[in-house]
Amino acid sequence: MNALSVKDLHVKINESHILHGVTFEVPTNKVTALLGRNGVGKSTTLRTIMGFYEGTGSVELNGKEILGMQTHKIVQSGVAFVPEDREVFASLTVKENLSLAARGKNNDDAYKAVYDLFPELDTRAAQQAGSLSGGQQQMVAIARALLNKNEILLVDEPTKGLAPKLVTEVADVLAKVAQTTTMLLVEQNLALVKRVAQHVIVMDQGRVVYQGGPENLHDDAWVHQMLGVSGGHK
Amino acid sequence: MDTFILIGITGIGLGALYFLVASGLSLIYGLMGVLNFAHGSFLTVGAFVGWWIAGKLGPDTSMIDFIIAMFVGGLAAGLFALLIEQLLITRLYDRHIDQALVTVGVSLVVGALLGGWFGNDLIMFPTPMWFLTAVNVGGAMIPADRIVYIATAIMLLIGNWILLKYTRIGLIIRAGVENRNMVNALGINVRRAFSTVFFLGGFAAGVGGVLVSVYSNGVSPLIAGSYLIYGFIVVVIGGMGSVPGSFLAAMMIGVIRQFANYYVTGLGDFVVVILLAGVLLIRPQGLLGKVRA
Repeated sequence: MNALSVKDLHVKINESHILHGVTFEVPTNKVTALLGRNGVGKSTTLRTIMGFYEGTGSVELNGKEILGMQTHKIVQSGVAFVPEDREVFASLTVKENLSLAARGKNNDDAYKAVYDLFPELDTRAAQQAGSLSGGQQQMVAIARALLNKNEILLVDEPTKGLAPKLVTEVADVLAKVAQTTTMLLVEQNLALVKRVAQHVIVMDQGRVVYQGGPENLHDDAWVHQMLGVSGGHK
Repeated sequence: MDTFILIGITGIGLGALYFLVASGLSLIYGLMGVLNFAHGSFLTVGAFVGWWIAGKLGPDTSMIDFIIAMFVGGLAAGLFALLIEQLLITRLYDRHIDQALVTVGVSLVVGALLGGWFGNDLIMFPTPMWFLTAVNVGGAMIPADRIVYIATAIMLLIGNWILLKYTRIGLIIRAGVENRNMVNALGINVRRAFSTVFFLGGFAAGVGGVLVSVYSNGVSPLIAGSYLIYGFIVVVIGGMGSVPGSFLAAMMIGVIRQFANYYVTGLGDFVVVILLAGVLLIRPQGLLGKVRA
């Protein structure tokens, strides 16, 4: 069973053809890593699924077409998004960032679960999000997405620009979240991908060039050929 | 010293009028990126409706009558702003040139319609007798209407602060000013906040229109012109989307302009333009504005 099916997705931005018929599936209750060199269209794919860009083709969430829907309706139908560069609301407090995201009437349990995952956010609830470190802002961004019941979580480069210690912390959190949530993860950190992903998609020049299990990630030659990096870490 | 106090407080009174025009303009641009040249027509509609209500309430306008006229004028302008947003602006989001053309068109149409109906001459606005008196502040005799402008602007600022700080729609507006795509990405229809902001901006402009009519000794389809220009200057100096920034900038401009004009007649506008240029050079995002995400 697939939570998300993307079929023949084409996207043009300012006359540039970015995605050329992208097709892939995200299996339910698994972590799918979307990999590829910089600029191959990974983030564009996520942003098109989110409704930020217009595209042609099909994006189905549990069998229901969501391509062309407004972003807020896509989110309400169960797609949560953790953007690249966090995009927390810098002038709002941590608590305000979270309460903006919480959609249900009684969210006590959701807040408790999030604060269990990120105890630091509870102690910093009154602090402006803009004054947090990069790692703490990433926690806010992930926490916002986890406050609601989601069908799938789209996570765009969660460890980008973080110090190695924070990368480990974020990886721990994602590994925990992955136990209960379907996730489509764009990530350059292969160590993290190897740790959490059960399904791998590789893109090149706006197309999917590989879709399958993560076992090839342990093959240095394959990794070098597909991703242009060594298999250890990037 | 009396003169100093007099000029200072009348400058603050003038700044209060600028703030009433600019607060809505600032939120509308800050949240939606809409450069709204129709904002002056909201002010004019509010002024005419307020004038009409004040006339209907009786020949001797009491303070209560005036407050009712001001409130209804604000309400009418708010509803007019909402109508413009729903009919025209919603079709033009992210099309900035079209927005400018359409909103300029709206202001021309409203001005022409009202001019055709009422003429372009000033029509006296009925005001309470108290407005013609003066209040002693530290030895300076301050025209009483200035106190009303200042009090109204402060009440609007407080009302805005409560709305933005303590309500969910206020939270959405504050977040939307920073990054409206991300608000959508949290499952919130940010366009509902747009409509609220248009209504509130129109309401403030309408209230401002009534007070500008009192300040200008009458209502006319042409009263909005210079206030809209000053409104834009206030928004740029205060920072797009920052209501406290607009308040600070409006007060600064009102006071500086009054003092400059007192010492050299006609110097006020020049000093304000210099101030605008200085802020754009040193702090392009405005005094309390934030760099957009």
